[in-house]
Amino acid sequence: MHEVSLLENVREILQEHALTQEFTQVKKITLEIGSLSCVEPEALRFGFSAVMKGSLAEGAELNLTQLEAQGQCASCQSMVIMQHHYDACSVCEHPFVTVVQGNEMRIKDLVVI
Amino acid sequence: MCGICGCSETEPEAKHQHSHSHDHGESEHGHEHTKEDNTRLIEVEQALLSKNNTYAEQNRTYFKQQAIFTLNLVSSPGSGKTTLLVETIKALNNEWPIFVIEGDQQTEHDAERIRATGAAALQINTGRACHLDAHGIGHAVQSLAVQAGSLLAIENVGNLVCPASFDLGEAHKVVLLSVTEGDDKPLKYADMFYAADLMIINKIDLLPYVDFDIERCIQYARQVNPDIQVIQLSSTTGDNFIEWLQWLKNNRQEV
Repeated sequence: MHEVSLLENVREILQEHALTQEFTQVKKITLEIGSLSCVEPEALRFGFSAVMKGSLAEGAELNLTQLEAQGQCASCQSMVIMQHHYDACSVCEHPFVTVVQGNEMRIKDLVVI
Repeated sequence: MCGICGCSETEPEAKHQHSHSHDHGESEHGHEHTKEDNTRLIEVEQALLSKNNTYAEQNRTYFKQQAIFTLNLVSSPGSGKTTLLVETIKALNNEWPIFVIEGDQQTEHDAERIRATGAAALQINTGRACHLDAHGIGHAVQSLAVQAGSLLAIENVGNLVCPASFDLGEAHKVVLLSVTEGDDKPLKYADMFYAADLMIINKIDLLPYVDFDIERCIQYARQVNPDIQVIQLSSTTGDNFIEWLQWLKNNRQEV
């Protein structure tokens, strides 16, 4: 359950942005989560309100955007959609595909007052 | 208040006064749009782990400056990380100063096992947390007074999931897998094997008694991470342990 730690990181990042960008409340937060990142979206949703309680994001809406994983085949260089780290190339079946997108865990944007 | 980053246990992290400068990533200053209902949209584009990653980079820079060769050892509980370290210290202690940071949710047991060899060890009890983080490692390195030119082994919490995401500033992640576990663990816990540079298959002396297919295990690991290096050994009998010691010496050159 490292989702709680991740959410604590989010809370700290929000506090820093609140100081530099002068806002007092976060109404909505959008996170982008790659489908190969080791984050369980349900666990993030589950922990979100508890971790944000008492912070400037208490009661905020959490919007999770899943990023589809994509990789480049080491042999035919095709860009392919991946479900797992170990997927073979769907074009030429070469076993090694390098992940290009899918490990992301980031705060995309905030709606604030 | 600590001398590394100015934090104190009672002070929330957002108020840290850092005595050193550090980079807050690509998106310190997002740009914004005002909406009609007085709310603003701020584009942040910042990694969730950006704070951890900043600390990790500070650690990495420090390790480089001090020529400290740092490894992050990860595995399931019971794969033999502590025994590997105990035997490594016995083999190398006279030629290479070794320091150990032990991460467990509870108890000092592992640090005590390391100290019994004569090496300095610091135990971090993570409590409810399932991994070590870079900020805690920065403090531990100062508390332990890790010597320049030494080998620093960080034994992470036994867990094949969460420690994969938390960079500590190490030179290499080393994942251990013992033959009493399933040979398909590299597929089941792909994130960890993807993140590691070296896989140690431990307890090979038990191979006659278990249903573990080494070739299949390596094939699975390389499906996840084509570049992963593999060493098969037994820490308790010493079988092939020399290959691990050689790996340490060869890779030390990069520091």
